[in-house]
Amino acid sequence: MATPARKRFLWMSRRAPHGSVQAQEGLDALLMAVAFEQPVSVVFLDDGVYQLKRDQDPARIGRKNFCAGFPSLGIYDVHDIYAERESLALRGLREEDLLMPVRVVDSAALGALMEAHDVVMSF
Amino acid sequence: MVSEGPAQRQSAESAYHFAQAALAKGHEVIRVFFYHDGVHVGARASTPPQDERNIGAQWSALAAEQGLDLVVCVAAAARRGVLDEEAGRRLDQAPAPGSLLPGFRAAGLGQLIESGIDADRLIVF
Repeated sequence: MATPARKRFLWMSRRAPHGSVQAQEGLDALLMAVAFEQPVSVVFLDDGVYQLKRDQDPARIGRKNFCAGFPSLGIYDVHDIYAERESLALRGLREEDLLMPVRVVDSAALGALMEAHDVVMSF
Repeated sequence: MVSEGPAQRQSAESAYHFAQAALAKGHEVIRVFFYHDGVHVGARASTPPQDERNIGAQWSALAAEQGLDLVVCVAAAARRGVLDEEAGRRLDQAPAPGSLLPGFRAAGLGQLIESGIDADRLIVF
């Protein structure tokens, strides 16, 4: 079956990077969407904002530092990367604590962001 | 997409009820993709007590009845020991169907993305 027109995918990443493998597997799926040449945006919210924390050293707990790959997402044409302002604030994270520059958006703006995409994935 | 295991979460059951309701309304369900701990739903070896619901077997029966395409993520299943040893070692080969319930097959994440492209709606449970 021929793959039809492209869809705009929105990745909503809500889990802490470690403690479960869900965030890491979410990134695997995101990279697959990129391999299918679909336009992908990513928003980090809830505990998902911890994935953006700089200077992670998860090897000490036997975990892969998969978050180190986020700054390279631009290579794959993933440029629309957001973090929810309220999630950052609740966890005491400032923009300078993050491993890369992201677009910080209010919770109220997330609805419009979801509306602007065809497929909303939650990880 | 079913993203949670059958023992501790309701995800597979909610998805099952949703799929049944959608089919009853005349919608087409082009695929159900089991990811993360959701791959345990397709595990043949899963044996809940007899007086309890076996959601994997129910999905299996629904697939037989409606011709559903139930896909277990091969990488997530290998990581969790759901596929047999040989299949886990050789991800490029068709995994042994013996480790999965009837109606389930193992395939790559491309099947999830393809579903998102082809379907009008992709719903995450």
